[in-house]
Amino acid sequence: MKRVNRMAVDRVKRIVWGINGEGPIFKLLVVFLLSLIGFVYLYPLFYMVTYSFMDSEDLIDPLVTWIPSGLYLENFVRATRVMNFADTLWQTVLVTFLPAAVQTVSAAVIGYGFARFRIPGKPVLFALVLATFIIPPQITMIPQFLMFRDLGLIGSIFSYLIPAALGQGFKSGLFILIFYQFFRSIPKALEEAAQIDGAGSFKVFATICVPMAVPAYIISFLFSMVWYWNETTLAALYLDGQFKTLPLQLQNFAAAFQKMFPVDPNYQTGQSLNEAIHMAGTLLNILPLLIVYFFTQRWFVESIERTGITGE
Amino acid sequence: MKISYRLRETLTGLAFIGIWIIGFLIFTCYPLIRTLWLSFNEVKITAEGIKTTYVGWKNYNDAFFLDPQFGDTIVTYFAETLVIVPVIVVFALIVALLLNVKLRGRGLFRTIYFLPVVITSGPVIQQLIDQGATTLPGIRDIIEMSRLEESMPGLLADLITYLLSSFITILWYSGVQMLIFLAGLQKLDRAMYEAASIDGASKWEAFWKLTLPAINPMIVVNMVYTVVMQSVFSLNPVIGLIQTAMHDPKHGMGYSAALAWIYFMVMLVLLALFVFVSRQRDSGR
Repeated sequence: MKRVNRMAVDRVKRIVWGINGEGPIFKLLVVFLLSLIGFVYLYPLFYMVTYSFMDSEDLIDPLVTWIPSGLYLENFVRATRVMNFADTLWQTVLVTFLPAAVQTVSAAVIGYGFARFRIPGKPVLFALVLATFIIPPQITMIPQFLMFRDLGLIGSIFSYLIPAALGQGFKSGLFILIFYQFFRSIPKALEEAAQIDGAGSFKVFATICVPMAVPAYIISFLFSMVWYWNETTLAALYLDGQFKTLPLQLQNFAAAFQKMFPVDPNYQTGQSLNEAIHMAGTLLNILPLLIVYFFTQRWFVESIERTGITGE
Repeated sequence: MKISYRLRETLTGLAFIGIWIIGFLIFTCYPLIRTLWLSFNEVKITAEGIKTTYVGWKNYNDAFFLDPQFGDTIVTYFAETLVIVPVIVVFALIVALLLNVKLRGRGLFRTIYFLPVVITSGPVIQQLIDQGATTLPGIRDIIEMSRLEESMPGLLADLITYLLSSFITILWYSGVQMLIFLAGLQKLDRAMYEAASIDGASKWEAFWKLTLPAINPMIVVNMVYTVVMQSVFSLNPVIGLIQTAMHDPKHGMGYSAALAWIYFMVMLVLLALFVFVSRQRDSGR
């Protein structure tokens, strides 16, 4: 009797969980959990999108919680004007794409140097590369600021480009590590063959290794771009208002809004700064990144496997 | 003149990494030492340049004993990091384990979970927090409950409130860690699990005895990554204080430099603590 019972339990277990724990019910449970977590992840975005289309009546109407009563676009019109959107977007692209490109190229060169050549003291140097990731920019920013000030580079894009070119941009250590791992995974035979044919080291690098590392470039550029884009502390300090980036504009959003649309005590319909306008501004702020992510998400989510950062 | 092959290799290698060495000396090594030096000085910016007067430990003294704001902020930063890092890493591990199950459409979930990494910047998070978009409506009620329990000591209650109210932001900071775990999990040998299952190990046992030890290096990496991310994120109040002190004529850059070094040291202590604990667990086996 007991044995029959246990067999029945085993059978039920197998149907539910599968032999390796991958049965249909188990999978359904996992999908349910993943969807639940996914909803929580996207909740702020849903909130942002729905609120940004609400007019001031929707905001106070307790019946309107998720779906606005109409597509009210005035919030976006205002937010666009407050942030001076088109102009700011162009400046943001300038101060993110250029440093990201420079940083990617320098990281490729440095990563190749570490991956391929026997240099005395290399382990120590490479440990220092990784250490630069841990050193917070806040501790080097005061002397760097003074240095750039003496050189007259505050407010110039070169205060971003020069450190990036020398492998000391935002999180440069990480990008050097990406290229280091990538170049180490390429077999040496091809380069040796080219060397036997008489090509010098620089020629081998430029003609054989550079074209092979395309995935590493894309991944480095994308991450670098995103991190330069989202940086505000150093952007405010080094660019000193000469370049206005979208996140910096969002930081001053409330003040800028009140300056552009002063509150008139006699006439207050829809003029005042409400959460809908805040959300419209935030949405406009992340929209370019969302678009970039939509087209390149594969590179982002496969970055860690492709570069083998976790080690073999 | 003939130079050996070995020497030529070294020189070529130096040509490649030379730009890094120069950059490191100018933009990392020198500023690090300069900040340390400035922290023992009073710095005045005059028309001719900067004037420094040696004041010994005064700036540090001021930071610890005369500036109540900084003391509070750095203790809060320490406590919050201590709590939030394990939470983020454990959460990232759970999600990675779920994503490791073979399912149709798991690529979509991966894309959704990683999305915040791309769009997260200080001002965006600040706006979302200000407008209450980072708290699920249900969680707000739980916070009300925890307010009722006033028997709890202050710091602990604060930390719990902090965890619950920043629930969504915790998830938003775990994207990279999740991918690191996922990459690690996908490299695990299936045969090992089959052997364990034949020997009668349950899934639960297999997780603790096989999976966890195998991904321990990734736990360490993720701990370090999370501490660094939490510390350099522009919403970190300590960074705000360092920045305001920098432009504040009352304290000046010397004081700001001292704050920066204290903050760096606290961060190193946190890193050492997390690495030590993860290693300890590893060797205790």
